[in-house]
Amino acid sequence: MTTQTTGFQGGAPPSALSGQRRGPAPAAPGRASRPGSAYVLPATLFFLAFAVVPVIGVFVLSFTSWQGLGDPTFIGLDNWRRLVSDPGVLAATGTTFLLTALSWATQTPLAIAVGVWAAGRQRNRAVLSTIYFLPLLLSSGAIAIAWRAIVDPNFGIAKYLGPFIGFPDGNIIGNPKSALYVIVFVLIWQFVPFHSLIYQAAARNIPAMLYDAATIDGATRWHAFWFVTLPQLKNTIITSSTIMIVGSLTYFETILLLTQGGPGDATVTLPYLMYQGAFNNYEMGFAATVAAVIVVLGTLVSLLIVRFSGFGRMRSTLEGL
Amino acid sequence: MAERSIARPNYAAGVLAGIWLVIVAMPVVWMISWAVQRRSEYLANGPLALPRNVTFGNVQAVIAAGFTKYMVNSAIVTVASIVLTLVLALPAAYAIVRSREWLAGTVFRMFLLGLAIPAQATIIPVYWILTRLGLYDTLTGIVLPTVAFGLPLVILILAGSLRDVSGELYEAMTVDGAGPLRAFFRLTLPLSRGAITTVAIFSGLNAWNGFIFPLILTQSPEKRVATLGLWDFQQEYGVDVPMLMTAVLLSALPVLFLYLFARRWLVAGLAGVGGK
Repeated sequence: MTTQTTGFQGGAPPSALSGQRRGPAPAAPGRASRPGSAYVLPATLFFLAFAVVPVIGVFVLSFTSWQGLGDPTFIGLDNWRRLVSDPGVLAATGTTFLLTALSWATQTPLAIAVGVWAAGRQRNRAVLSTIYFLPLLLSSGAIAIAWRAIVDPNFGIAKYLGPFIGFPDGNIIGNPKSALYVIVFVLIWQFVPFHSLIYQAAARNIPAMLYDAATIDGATRWHAFWFVTLPQLKNTIITSSTIMIVGSLTYFETILLLTQGGPGDATVTLPYLMYQGAFNNYEMGFAATVAAVIVVLGTLVSLLIVRFSGFGRMRSTLEGL
Repeated sequence: MAERSIARPNYAAGVLAGIWLVIVAMPVVWMISWAVQRRSEYLANGPLALPRNVTFGNVQAVIAAGFTKYMVNSAIVTVASIVLTLVLALPAAYAIVRSREWLAGTVFRMFLLGLAIPAQATIIPVYWILTRLGLYDTLTGIVLPTVAFGLPLVILILAGSLRDVSGELYEAMTVDGAGPLRAFFRLTLPLSRGAITTVAIFSGLNAWNGFIFPLILTQSPEKRVATLGLWDFQQEYGVDVPMLMTAVLLSALPVLFLYLFARRWLVAGLAGVGGK
């Protein structure tokens, strides 16, 4: 039976067959046949072609002028010069950072609170949790379209709710001062369920022993949350925050569907500016320059978070296994 | 006593949980309430009134406007994305876990870095590449980048799970004369059914809910997917809120079934992302 050796294996030769006297067996503990590099090639080539090449393409196109048809023509640093002097880009950068900061500062505490609460084993919590996760069933497009009807100043809920929160005409979405906050609120509604799901799973993994020990030490509920739950959730907070921040820096579907950057330029963020530049104005080269800034920002933020949080160590333990 | 301080019902949290419940649930209640009334009733009674005559007539209007075709297109893109994801990611994860060759380790590091790529920022070159390949305005064109940007997370989840298949089982397979390919089909795949289901659901949801790639890569109504169909309805029938909400809810119906029957797997997949 053991004489059957398929040609696939790249690793250890079948030393069991050829007797013990052939010197040290290659890879002593792992006698099993192992797959070779051929197995990773399809996924690698595919990922290179449709994900890595586009990332490089962003930078290449940023040095070109291209209307979307024909071939891009090389124009050197023109797009980059325009980028640094364009007041629209500066304003969009500010809006992007504001949106990112507001999203993170609202979604993180909410998601932790909901996730930790939903992690409790009580029956009512289990039932409520299924409702809490309802927004996960809807696509971001569907959510934005539903909210557009809700905040419609003439026929929507905003008409009735507006007067109570300082908008007698109900036009919360059409006011340059409040439109961005509507976006922030819709993003909370859309993304907190996903993040609370992550926190719920993580909170359930905290050993009950730690809470028992805290209780013996006379800890109150608040102490237990502050000194046991939160420190135990550290890695999850880092993961969730990275997803949230990088997401906020790059995501524009809700803005496209809800406000289209308006009123005026009040909700134009960098990714929306990129989309508008490329597919409404057909200035693909300049839009790619904006995209390059987004790629750099997004990567930088995730690297910084990984670097200063010790999350990199966690990743490398994953890798070493 | 001290131990009661944690075990006692937490009323403050209960009240906050109730407030959050209202915030999350009310929009869903409104959507359903608007979807089951006539447009004339909605305009006359306002958005806060509960429907007096429940009707499913809006479903017919949505179907008549061609939404079924868009749902079918979405289904094709979803199934194709799941199949392509699994065909590419499973052998890759298998080799990443089992192979001793340098390429497997390098590839894993590449996919880890790939997690940081913001897909939405690459739409311009993606458009460039796919028009060059003659895949503009095709469903295939949507599938390719959707799958590519899903791969890093999928491979991370799969590799994490494939590691749990013990080395002794592989050795036993080898003793029985099985090569790596046979071990893959007879051992790795059957023992990783949970992770495969999770990953299939994850990539399926990704494809079904996708908006940006279909938006920039397709044009004709024949190739329109459901999410874009909603956007199109919004432009065309924006004032017909009951019809619009019906379309929104119809587009979520397949996901609702998934949620009802596969919630455990969905949660497992998401926890794999954020777990410790």
